[in-house]
Amino acid sequence: MSFPEYLLLFFSMGVVTFVPRWFPLFYLSHKRLPQWLVDWLSLIPVAILSALIIPILLVDTTTRSLDLTKPELLVAVPTFIFALKTKSLGGTVLVGMVLYWLLSCL
Amino acid sequence: MSKDGPVERGTKQQLRAGAAAAWPICLGYFPIGLALGVLASQAGLPWWAVALMSILVFAGSAQFICVAMLASGAAIWSIVLTTLMVNLRHALMSSALAIYFKKVDRRFLTIFAYGITDESFALNMARFRDGDWDRWRALVVNQLSNFVWILSTVTGTLVGQFIPQGAFGIDYALPGMFICLLIFQLQGRIYVLTGIMAAGISIAWYLLIPGDSYIVGASILAATLGYFIKRRARRKNELS
Repeated sequence: MSFPEYLLLFFSMGVVTFVPRWFPLFYLSHKRLPQWLVDWLSLIPVAILSALIIPILLVDTTTRSLDLTKPELLVAVPTFIFALKTKSLGGTVLVGMVLYWLLSCL
Repeated sequence: MSKDGPVERGTKQQLRAGAAAAWPICLGYFPIGLALGVLASQAGLPWWAVALMSILVFAGSAQFICVAMLASGAAIWSIVLTTLMVNLRHALMSSALAIYFKKVDRRFLTIFAYGITDESFALNMARFRDGDWDRWRALVVNQLSNFVWILSTVTGTLVGQFIPQGAFGIDYALPGMFICLLIFQLQGRIYVLTGIMAAGISIAWYLLIPGDSYIVGASILAATLGYFIKRRARRKNELS
């Protein structure tokens, strides 16, 4: 592909990526939000994070089927406990990486 | 600047606090950015195209999909449409962030919105809720992550093939981060319950419906169920 083609592609991708990130913030931050919406939105982060991580741990992505033997899941147990005890983001990332690395070396 | 309240303590402190919070994200982004760069160069993208993409798009999963689709010769419009579908989830995150950006000037919001990713969103939300956070620190987290992302994707196109696959457990950086960010959100029984429901729904949705709609679908459904359960519990308490 040539430079103008790349520019067209990435610019279009940029627009459709930016607008969903921008519009709700731009619009809602200058509105008085009704209490029900605030209550509902406060549950969104936990729901999104759970929906993001659980398939990574439990699903074979190539066949799109349930797989309870993934190393990701095995490592997640001590990583989860470490995160719960320490509440340290950097520490949790490092512990998860080291455990996953050790497991892959076995 | 003074309207941000007591957290505000000079530019240098804000930069330092933002950087101190952002380093786990940067650590997580680096290997993924490298991997993206390697794949992109294998698919025939020059380094400047990868730089252009990381600057204009800044959305890891969409960029991976874009590279895969380019390699299989997909049309531009279908790549753009897929990007839109994959990134729609950020509209939910942007809505949730709005609570902490009341009456903030719109130029700031526009710059800030560019850097809303899964990771920066979850980190900033947790910090805002704990209270020791302001919009400038949040912006530092976004922009620093973006800088590392651009740097690592471009580096990947240049040197990535020399790094052995799976070295140092780098593939687990993002899952590890998600696990901890999820823990930060468990602030009470209703949050735990919503998380469990989202887990169950997302798995079922993922297995039954092709595509990436499971993220948006499961989070909306679980948050709505959680909301009604909370409301019912509250009403019961008021009655008794």
